[in-house]
Amino acid sequence: MSALNIKKGSTSHSAYDLRDPNAQGIVSHTLAVIVENEPGVLARVIGLFSGRGYNIDSLTVAEVDHTGHRSRITIVTSGTPAVIDQIEKQLGRLVSVYAVHDLTAEGPSVQRELALIKVAGKGEARIEALRLAEIFRAHVVDSTLESFVFEMTGTPEKIDSFAELMRPLGLRELARTGVAALSRGA
Amino acid sequence: MTKAMTGARMVVQALKDQGVEVVFGYPGGAVLPIYDEIFQQNDIRHILVRHEQGAIHMAEGYARSTGKVGVALVTSGPGATNAVTGLTDALMDSIPLVVLSGQVPTFMIGTDGFQEADTVGITRPCTKHNWLVKDTAKLAETIHQAFHVARSGRPGPVLIDIPKDVQFATSDYTPIPKARVDHYQPRVKGDIDAITRMVEMLETAERPLFYTGGGVINSGTAASQLLCEFVEATGFPITSTLMGLGAYPASGKHWLGMLGMHGLYEANLAMHGCDLMLNIGARFDDRITGRIADFSPRSAKVHVDIDPSSINKVIRVDLGIIGDVGHVLEDALRIWKARGRKVNKEGLAKWWKQIKEWQAVKCLGYTGSDKVIKPQYALERLEALTKGMDRYITTEVGQHQMWAAQFLGFEGPNRWMTSGGLGTMGYGLPASIGVQVAHPEALVINVAGEASWLMNMQEMGTAMQFRTPVKQFILNNERLGMVRQWQELLHGERYSSSWSESLPDFVKLAEAFGCKGIKCSDPKDLDDAIMEMLRYDGPVIFDCLVEKHENCFPMIPSGKPHNEMLMGNADTQGAIKAAGAVLV
Ligand SMILES: Cc1ncc(C[n+]2csc(CCOP(=O)(O)OP(=O)(O)O)c2C)c(N)n1
Ligand SMILES: [Mg+2]
Repeated sequence: MSALNIKKGSTSHSAYDLRDPNAQGIVSHTLAVIVENEPGVLARVIGLFSGRGYNIDSLTVAEVDHTGHRSRITIVTSGTPAVIDQIEKQLGRLVSVYAVHDLTAEGPSVQRELALIKVAGKGEARIEALRLAEIFRAHVVDSTLESFVFEMTGTPEKIDSFAELMRPLGLRELARTGVAALSRGA
Repeated sequence: MTKAMTGARMVVQALKDQGVEVVFGYPGGAVLPIYDEIFQQNDIRHILVRHEQGAIHMAEGYARSTGKVGVALVTSGPGATNAVTGLTDALMDSIPLVVLSGQVPTFMIGTDGFQEADTVGITRPCTKHNWLVKDTAKLAETIHQAFHVARSGRPGPVLIDIPKDVQFATSDYTPIPKARVDHYQPRVKGDIDAITRMVEMLETAERPLFYTGGGVINSGTAASQLLCEFVEATGFPITSTLMGLGAYPASGKHWLGMLGMHGLYEANLAMHGCDLMLNIGARFDDRITGRIADFSPRSAKVHVDIDPSSINKVIRVDLGIIGDVGHVLEDALRIWKARGRKVNKEGLAKWWKQIKEWQAVKCLGYTGSDKVIKPQYALERLEALTKGMDRYITTEVGQHQMWAAQFLGFEGPNRWMTSGGLGTMGYGLPASIGVQVAHPEALVINVAGEASWLMNMQEMGTAMQFRTPVKQFILNNERLGMVRQWQELLHGERYSSSWSESLPDFVKLAEAFGCKGIKCSDPKDLDDAIMEMLRYDGPVIFDCLVEKHENCFPMIPSGKPHNEMLMGNADTQGAIKAAGAVLV
C-alpha cells in the first residue's frame, strides 16, 4: 500500500497527459448495418461518425427490403481495434438500427465495387487501354472515336490498379459506387 | 376501437394515455392548435415557463425526482433552438424526456419560412432519437413510441417535431397497445454466467470496492434497495459518482463519499488501491478516472451497464455485464447467497483498517472563520438544519456544486438533481421548480452560485406564478469561482473575466419578483437566516455572501492519477505546471 502515499506539493511530470491513448495499430473493417429506411437515418449514421471522430473510407446505402423498409448500409472504416469495437456498439445504440455485422470479424466475405472509368486518347494509347480493359474484364459501355467509358466491378484494390494503369493512357474521370459486401457461405 | 380526432387533440390524448400530469412549455405560432387543446381540458397541467431552456430543465428535475418521463412543449424555430442545451444536458445524464416541438406546415418545410428551423437536424445529435411527423395518422403512434424509447434501455431525451398542418388534420387515434415498439427492446437481464463470474470474483477479493453511478438511480428505487442490501451483506466499501449520490445512504457505514476530481480522499485512494472494482451503472467519466493509464492500476474490473457502448469505451474491463442494474444486482445477490455468502474476511478487515486511516485524514477539513461565512460552513449548517426533512436538492454548476456534493448527505435516490455530464450553469433554478411541481409539499433547495443562478433567473417568475416555494440558496462569492480556482492553479493567478461584476441586489430582486429575499454575511446570523428561509411559505432568494477566494479541495487536477490529489492550499504551490491548457 506504500505506493498509495500521496505526493505533497509539486510533481515532476506535466499536469497534462498529451499522449494519444489510441495510438495502436490501425485496422480496416467492413460493417453491414441494417437500418429502418426512414427519413434521416443516413444522417444519423454519418453524424455518429463525424460527431465521434470515426473514419468513413467507403459508404453505400440502398433499400434492400421494400416491404419491410429495411436498408443496408455498407461502411468501410478504419481505426484501432478499440475504436472499431466502439463504432459497432455506437451504431447498435441507434434506435433505427436493427443489426450491425462486422464482416471483417465474422469470417470471409465478398467485397465488390462498381466503377465507371472514362479514358480519352488516340492511336497506341487507345489500343493499349482497350487491351488492358480486356485483361481486367472491364466492359466498354460508351465509345467515341476519341474516348471510352469502361465499366468494371471488382474489389476496391482491383479498381485502384486499373485506374492507375489508365492514368498515363488518358484517364479523364472516375466514378465509383463504394463497396457492397456479403459474408461468404450460407 | 379507434377514434377520429385532430392531430392537436391526439397530442393531448396520447399524453393523458401515457399518464402525463404536467407539461412544461411555452407557446408560439406553430403550437397554437396544441395549446388550444390544452386550454380545453383539465387533466394535464401546463406550467408556463419564461424561457424554453427552463422548460427542459424543469422537465429534467421532474423526471429525476420521480423516475417518470418529463414532458416539455415548445414552438418552432427559436422555441426549439432554445431547447437544445437542455436536451444535451438530459442526453449526457440519461434523463428520460419527451419534448414536443411545433414546426411550420409540411408544405412550407425547406422554404425558410417564418420561424422555420431544421429542428430534427439540429437535435439529432442531442437526443436519443427524434421524429418529424408528416402524417396525422402516424402522430399518436409516434408519441407512444417516443415514451417507450425515452424510458427504455439507457433513458434519454427524445423529440417529436409536429408541423402545424399535421396538428390541424384529422385521423384515427392509435391507442397505446396498438403502437409498434417491438423494434426497440434493449436487453435488461444480464448474462447469468457472467454474473456468476462476478460473484466468484467478489468472494475472494481482498480489497473490493463498489463504484456506483447514475445508472442505479435510473434503474429505479428497487435497484437502490438491492444495492444497499448487497453492500450491507458483503461489508464492502462503496463510493459513487456525482450522479449516483443517494443510491446508498450517506449515513450508511460502508459509505466512503463521492469519488473523482473533487471526491473524497478515502474514496479516491480506495479506487486507486482496490483489487476488485465493481462498477455498477457508472461510465468511467474523465472526472472520475483522472489519468487513464494510472486509473485503479491493480484492480480487476467488473462493469455492469445497460448500454453496451459504455463497456470498454474508456477503461478496458475484465468482465462486462450488459443489463439493467436492478436485474443484475438481483441475480448477483441470489447467486451469492446460494453459494454460501462468502467473502474474504481477513482481506476485508485489513482493507477497512487501511480505509479508516484514510478517513482519519478528514479531507474535507477547512479553515473556519468567525468573520466571514465559509461556503463549506454554510452547507454544513444547511445540512444540519434540514436533516430529516423531506428534502430535495438541486444545484447549479461550479464550486458550490462540488461543495454541496461533499457536505450534503443523501439518504435515498432521486433526491439530488445536478447537471453532471454537461455541467450546465443555469440548470438548478428551473430544475428546482420541476422538482417542486412533482413534490408540492417537500422542501426543495437549489444550492447555487451567483453567476450560474443569473443564467436562468427569469424562472423566478414561473416559481411565483405556480406557487412553487423553491429556496434559492446562493453561495455568493462574487466570482465565477470554479473558473477562478483553475486560473489560480493553472494560469498564474491571472483572473481573466472570472469576476461577477455588477451583480444585482438579490434582496431587491426578490422583492421585484414578489418573493422573499434574505441576505446574510455574518456567520453568527447564518442559522437564524436559514431558519427564516425554511419557515417562509413561498419562494426565497437567499443571498449568502461567502469567502471570495475559497478553493474546493480535494482536487485531482485534470490528467493526474488519484494518488496525486491536492488536499489544500499548501499543496497547490507549483503542483500544476501550465504545460498547455488542453484538458478541461
Ligand atoms: C453554460 C455554462 N457556461 C460556462 C461554464 C463554465 N463554468 C463552469 S463553473 C463556472 C463558474 C460558475 O460560477 P458560479 O455559478 O458563481 O459558481 P461558483 O463556482 O462561484 O460556486 C463557469 C463559468 C459552464 N459550466 N456552463
Ligand atoms: Mg460564484
